[in-house]
Amino acid sequence: MNITDDIAGLRRILTRYRSIAVVGISANWYRPSYFAAKYMLDHGYQIFPVNPNYSEVLGRKCYPTIAAIPESVDIVDCFRKPAEMVPLAHEAVAKGAKVLWMQLGIRNDEAAMIASAAGLDVVMNHCVKIEHARILGGLNWAGVNTGVISSRRA
Amino acid sequence: MADHLYGFDTLCLHAGHIPDAATGARALPIYQTTSFVFDSADHAASLFNLQTFGNVYSRISNPTVAALEERVAALEGGRAGLAAATGMAAQMTALLTLCRAGDHLVASRTLYGGTYSQFAVTFAQFGIDVTFVDPDDPENFRRARKGNTKALYAETIGNPQLNVADLDALATIAHDAGIPLVIDNTLASPYLCRPIEHGADIVVHSLTKYLGGHGTTMGGILVESGKFPWDNGNFPQMTEPSRGYHGVRFYETFGDFGFTMKARMETMRTLGPTLSPLSAFLLLQGIETLHVRMPRHCESTLAIAQHLSEHPQIAWVNYPLLSGNRYEALARRYLPSGASGILTFGVKGGAEAGVRFIERVQMLSHLANVGDAKSLVIHPASTTHRQLSEDEQRAAGVLPEMIRLSVGLESLSDILWDLDQALNNSQ
Repeated sequence: MNITDDIAGLRRILTRYRSIAVVGISANWYRPSYFAAKYMLDHGYQIFPVNPNYSEVLGRKCYPTIAAIPESVDIVDCFRKPAEMVPLAHEAVAKGAKVLWMQLGIRNDEAAMIASAAGLDVVMNHCVKIEHARILGGLNWAGVNTGVISSRRA
Repeated sequence: MADHLYGFDTLCLHAGHIPDAATGARALPIYQTTSFVFDSADHAASLFNLQTFGNVYSRISNPTVAALEERVAALEGGRAGLAAATGMAAQMTALLTLCRAGDHLVASRTLYGGTYSQFAVTFAQFGIDVTFVDPDDPENFRRARKGNTKALYAETIGNPQLNVADLDALATIAHDAGIPLVIDNTLASPYLCRPIEHGADIVVHSLTKYLGGHGTTMGGILVESGKFPWDNGNFPQMTEPSRGYHGVRFYETFGDFGFTMKARMETMRTLGPTLSPLSAFLLLQGIETLHVRMPRHCESTLAIAQHLSEHPQIAWVNYPLLSGNRYEALARRYLPSGASGILTFGVKGGAEAGVRFIERVQMLSHLANVGDAKSLVIHPASTTHRQLSEDEQRAAGVLPEMIRLSVGLESLSDILWDLDQALNNSQ
């Protein structure tokens, strides 16, 4: 099974892919899903909010399902309960996504197997915002041990 | 592919600092600024909402200070760090993030005197109750725990008794109760002991001592392990919407560095004991040689302890790794590569001989600090503890004839020469 957990692998995902479906996004500004989507939007990613309860989040049209998004999606970023990951993995595969990303606190090995078998990269139990900031800069400003050692310019 | 794991010595030099994109400066720049410009009104709003990581105001975060925070977090094997103006400020910030009025702590009774006063006097004024227990039996911590106890607190090496804490046992007792173990690792430094590897959840330091290492600069830090389950029901302030930061749930939003974010955005931001950027630079410069200095401190101290234990004018010597010391077994377990650079000894002839010894040293510096590159010596009974009666001094572990020596990096033969000539002239 192809679970990505290392700096080089996460850096490859975050630099190669640019469009993100944020599944389970909240419209409340203080919720982690809103935080992460706003952060990724501010860092140049295309964001597709996915939540049947809203028509618009972050000034963008909000879709009821991944399938309803009219454009291609690279990363399916999941802010839903672990039990909902298997159907989301199937939806990500059907959409032609490149990465199934399960957020901080979310693990589901079966969903990971489904996505991995279809050739997707899988990330589990990580926040897309925190990993972006850890590897590509910003998290070090919060005193976090990023694990990044380099003599090259940032 | 697994990430390459860098060694401790490399982390001392590199962790937390990547040459910046603007200048490529190899040494850490000193960002001597109070404030940072916003790109736009929306960027400002995102920063204040914590939706993006960045700097607003140096009371909250600063790039030079952040490099120090990440470096110490890396050396301790922790997830995140938060620096403070002093060690006292760092432990206060850690504990006031855990406790509120009506809460309780259990702490070792052999703590550094300043810490004891902070807990017994100042925290009492805040309505935080601290029970002090004999740390030699870790079960004393379990017996003193109450329903409102929020943490256990001890020092890796106590000061000035030089007692060694049984970290594994303390961690088990803390975790059985669903509360964190907070360890002051100042005298050991992460070179000699990494308490997180033994189950500690939060480590605090006075950076003023061995980490800075040169007696130039005050500083402190707290480091979070990233392993404590803050959602276990005992810490609603970590899981409920924050009153201090408009509704953010720190554990849910920031996960394994949620405690450090809460300490930064609530406790540090509102109380304000921030470390200055220039101080962070000076302390970080010291840390770059921690792995070179600590072995020498330890080797010289053990040699001096052995020399003094055979000296005719010496009544007793206390150093944890000295053969026959009551903490030798714990020191061999938790401090296998050295028991730091501090020892105490008794001069024959009581307090008067102790004072005469201090007055006759020529190269050792008579002052109230430890962990300097220079050798430091003090007679606690006539200085730091002089306001106490002899009985009170003995209860605090200070005997009338006791001398505390913080062994520096001078030629060992010169330190031994100065000790010998002062001892011979003190009789």
